[in-house]
Amino acid sequence: MTVAELAAGLRAGSYSSEELTRHYLDRIARFDAVLNSFITVVPERALEQARNADRRLKRGEAGPLTGIPIAHKDIFCTRGLKTSCGSRMLDDFVAPYDATVVSKMDQAGLVVLGKTNMDEFAMGSSNENSWYGPVRNPWDTALVPGGSSGGSAAAVAAGLCAAATGTDTGGSIRQPAALCGLTGLKPTYGRVSRYGMVAFASSLDQAGVLTHSAEDAAAMLQVMAGFDLRDSTSADEPVPDYSVGLAGSLEGLKIGLPKEYFGEGLDGAIAHSIRQAIDEFRSLGATLVEISLPNTALAIPTYYVVAPAECSSNLARYDGVRFGYRCEAPQDLEDLYQRSRSEALGSEVKRRILIGTYALSAGYYDAYYLKAQQIRRLISEDFRQAFAQVDVIMGPTTPSTAFAIGEKAKDPVTMYLSDIYTIAVNLAGLPGMSIPVAPVSGRPVGLQIVGNYFREAQLLNVAHRLQQATGWHLKHPGDYWA
Amino acid sequence: MSLEKSQVEKIAHLARLRVNDEELEQVAGDLSSILDLVEQMNAVDTRGVIPMAHPLDMVQRLRSDRVTEEDQRDLFQSIAPATEKGLYLVPRVVE
Repeated sequence: MTVAELAAGLRAGSYSSEELTRHYLDRIARFDAVLNSFITVVPERALEQARNADRRLKRGEAGPLTGIPIAHKDIFCTRGLKTSCGSRMLDDFVAPYDATVVSKMDQAGLVVLGKTNMDEFAMGSSNENSWYGPVRNPWDTALVPGGSSGGSAAAVAAGLCAAATGTDTGGSIRQPAALCGLTGLKPTYGRVSRYGMVAFASSLDQAGVLTHSAEDAAAMLQVMAGFDLRDSTSADEPVPDYSVGLAGSLEGLKIGLPKEYFGEGLDGAIAHSIRQAIDEFRSLGATLVEISLPNTALAIPTYYVVAPAECSSNLARYDGVRFGYRCEAPQDLEDLYQRSRSEALGSEVKRRILIGTYALSAGYYDAYYLKAQQIRRLISEDFRQAFAQVDVIMGPTTPSTAFAIGEKAKDPVTMYLSDIYTIAVNLAGLPGMSIPVAPVSGRPVGLQIVGNYFREAQLLNVAHRLQQATGWHLKHPGDYWA
Repeated sequence: MSLEKSQVEKIAHLARLRVNDEELEQVAGDLSSILDLVEQMNAVDTRGVIPMAHPLDMVQRLRSDRVTEEDQRDLFQSIAPATEKGLYLVPRVVE
């Protein structure tokens, strides 16, 4: 059921938030031993929040989402509740404060069922890099759910929570949304506060949501978005009412189709599903424009300098001194730093720290980091020119459907290429969505929609109209929705 | 671009990470293949392009110089591995 349907049910008194919360807690107990989508489940805390929500509903003091049970990616700090970020480093870390996203959701009366599994420090595209083990895709448990917000995606897809938060640095909301048949929204950089969100690459990280529909994504974004004094890169832009234009006509909408997104490397069956969706938009009144984003092929090389460079500097804070893991019996300070970090960080995280350290080191800075920042400008300019001609840009979210657990784990570079269509959007800081289209051989396929800066309302409108016209978003993994 | 084992050791030291002898070859290979990927950037002439450090053209906000945070030292230190009298403890650095 969608958040919108559940909210209507709560308001009509068809069930209480406490009953709804128990329903999801039962499902987690029944299914999550296999899926492994949660790191922490907090039944007592959730039921307490649900009872508070019921009181608000009864008194007529409820917001639109009061009483809806959700889950937070375990990257958002939650006061009094473990925030592991999928890492042994933070296995016993209980944040002394709430992330802004968490406190906004609490104030709106949403119920937090628990914290979802993820690739360690959000570095990965398959959720195989978690200290807490891989997450399985509810469509086929031999497959990955995507990453890094793979726990959030699997939990929503299997109906273990109504919606979930995620974060997206290079595709970490859109790619798992695509692989699990969900609606995923990564807002414009700065639209949602990063305060209390464990940092990976600070100029790319952005919080968003994984839901069953664009309508749900709009309702969740409404709660999360907005200026925050506590985030120095938060955008001081007004937040529109995202529900208002949701059903607006697409007559005259100009859709840009980048030729680089439909070329070599794209699975033919996926291309067919994407074309089918684009044809639907044409019958909804949109016009199609072929465009070019000439620097597309450079997005991954550029990202794998910028993101590791920022990661190596952000993760320097994990030194075994103030919080997090500390090795046993350090001999001296150097040993304390080295062993605490080496014992508690996983191999992908170490790899990215090393690459970043190298790219920033004396003598290599200009060749790598400065060069990458220059190409980042070119990539961003490509989008600027495209948005002078079109309203939104569309293409596939991923080059293939969900792959098998273990299939790409041995070769980091092959894994990196799964984010080929999503990464440029983060480099430019634009908002992007993935929505489900016709599946291929029973596996979900995502259509990516990219908008201009702060045009989330338009993305949601475009996505909602397709969902109303086709119902592709209503397909669920049968084992969990019998 | 292929990294020598000695270079990997140097980078690991800068990052305060330890790479064991038996892992060294694998790590050097992985890092080299990532650098090969990254070096596709060299195909582009970027002379005169202004580097982009950040997606939005923002200015750093200033705030008035007054105290806004309360003292929460005890709370923050309650999650530290080792503290004493309000200080974080590490192995002795000065004899």
